[in-house]
Amino acid sequence: MRTTRRATPLPIGILATVGVAFLAIPLLGLLLRTPWSRLPELLTSPVATEALRLSLICSLAATAIAVLVGVPLAWVLAQSRLPGTTAVRALVTLPLVLPPVVGGVALLLAFGRRGVVGQYLYDWFGVQLPFSTAGVILAEAFVAMPFLVITVEGALRSADPRYDEAAATLGAGRWTVLRRVTLPLIAPALIAGTVLAWARALGEFGATITFAGNLPGVTQTLPLAVYAALDTDRDAAIALSLVLLVASLAVLLLLRDRYLRASSS
Amino acid sequence: MSLTSTLHLSQGAFTLDLDLDVADGEVVGLLGPNGSGKSTTLRCLAGLTAPQQGRISIGGATVEDTADGIDLPPERRSVGFVFQDYLLFPHLSVLDNVAFGPRSRGLDRKSARERAQHWLDRLEIGELAGRRPRHLSGGQAQRVALARALVTDPDLLLLDEPLAALDAGTKASVRSLVRRHVADFSGAVVLVTHDPIDAMVLADRVVVLEDGRAIQSGTPAEVAQRPASDYVAQLVGLNMLRGSAREGVVALASGASVHVADRSIAGDVLVAIRPEAISVHRQRPEGSARNAWPGRVAALESRGDVVRIEVATDPPLAAIVTPGAVASLSLHEGADVWLSVKATDLDVYPA
Repeated sequence: MRTTRRATPLPIGILATVGVAFLAIPLLGLLLRTPWSRLPELLTSPVATEALRLSLICSLAATAIAVLVGVPLAWVLAQSRLPGTTAVRALVTLPLVLPPVVGGVALLLAFGRRGVVGQYLYDWFGVQLPFSTAGVILAEAFVAMPFLVITVEGALRSADPRYDEAAATLGAGRWTVLRRVTLPLIAPALIAGTVLAWARALGEFGATITFAGNLPGVTQTLPLAVYAALDTDRDAAIALSLVLLVASLAVLLLLRDRYLRASSS
Repeated sequence: MSLTSTLHLSQGAFTLDLDLDVADGEVVGLLGPNGSGKSTTLRCLAGLTAPQQGRISIGGATVEDTADGIDLPPERRSVGFVFQDYLLFPHLSVLDNVAFGPRSRGLDRKSARERAQHWLDRLEIGELAGRRPRHLSGGQAQRVALARALVTDPDLLLLDEPLAALDAGTKASVRSLVRRHVADFSGAVVLVTHDPIDAMVLADRVVVLEDGRAIQSGTPAEVAQRPASDYVAQLVGLNMLRGSAREGVVALASGASVHVADRSIAGDVLVAIRPEAISVHRQRPEGSARNAWPGRVAALESRGDVVRIEVATDPPLAAIVTPGAVASLSLHEGADVWLSVKATDLDVYPA
């Protein structure tokens, strides 16, 4: 009689083990080479604290921008049945797959001093985005927002519209329905999308260095500082990498119900 | 009139054409099969679906008039809606679910909650105020939904299959509770159901809807005794025949005929026969019964302490007999029988 438990074929087992090792060994390497005793000193150095501070400010600001415009965008995309919606959705999704450096170049051409929009910003308001902290925030928001939009739109589309109808029959106008029913009902997706966007903003490298450069104290966020330190102070680079790894693990823990258990349910 | 409405709406092959007026304090039951337009009617009245043509006035206020371009959104109509699966907001407590209406209509949080608590107490579920909807039983959720719909003091209360989601045991107690609170309600009530018992117990007047049209309107007793549609006849368990009457004989479409006591009625008629009035025999009956048909037992079904038998005759009929009769006549599926019914036991009325 056959049992439901079936042995894994050997080749598959070997390849799977290689796969796990391939993912685990680099992380293990990072942990093994971490100069644990020098960690406090490395993480409190002026370059490190500046990068930490900048990363925190820029990633939070970028996340705020993504939520502020991304949630309305997701709502419109979820509601709209206009023919152009698919094109807009594709546009919104593009930064997910676009090489970040291309995003940086595109931002430069749009918001640079000679850029399509940037020249007016400079001529009329004296605003110069490239190589500024604001430029970092812009670059991070550009790559991070799609994560939020996609997550929230998916939740809005699968939400039961009859709750909105029930709220309307109880006297709630559209704004009240949105505020008190629609958004609270998709809160888990909203939180997940926000955390994903934040994680993406925190790790942003390519678009940032292209558009905003690598100026310590102004545009040098954690990933950029790691990159810069790799040549000069390897231990500092490892210490800062560790910070980013811890942040990633924290995100994973926060979202574990959503992604890690998806297959078992 | 608390509700006056004229609705016309086409969705693909389906067309709804309905005039529905309901007085203050009156409960109208919309009875009909799935797809007959019951739910669409409620949605039109609530403002969730716009009719292509129509006029709706609720509590004296015109909320819909396609000729004048008036189409008030749901939140500006004085309507309470109890949805079939209640649609209690899962992220709010029972108290805040009920307070949602008053809050949305401008009451401050404290007053809204006081009002909500008052209604929960009235519906004898005051102690559930702090619970989340997912921790409620079906009967409790039904009461919360009713409280949520009544708390805003609407002019029109709409109940969509209010008891459909409940199990049989809960149904009876919730039905009596709904009956009590609906009777206390001073506005107009429209109740959608496909359960004749709900319609009979809860409604003052029943409107039978089929294919988007009202085919019968009357008190529950009238509709149950003299159904105008096969759908209702089946629901209430009556045999119903259609035919043309002339001098006491009703000619059926199949070619068979039925003798009735009323010799004056003529033209297209319906004949209702209670299954209890039909006698079952193994031989051709002798005596006074003028309507006798041979046939074969198609199905036997036990119904509590009686047995309902479906007999393939022309016309096909259902009879109700005692288990004793089943035994003494040794009835079984496929048995050849004769059915008879006295002309005086037939109810004949114009179609």
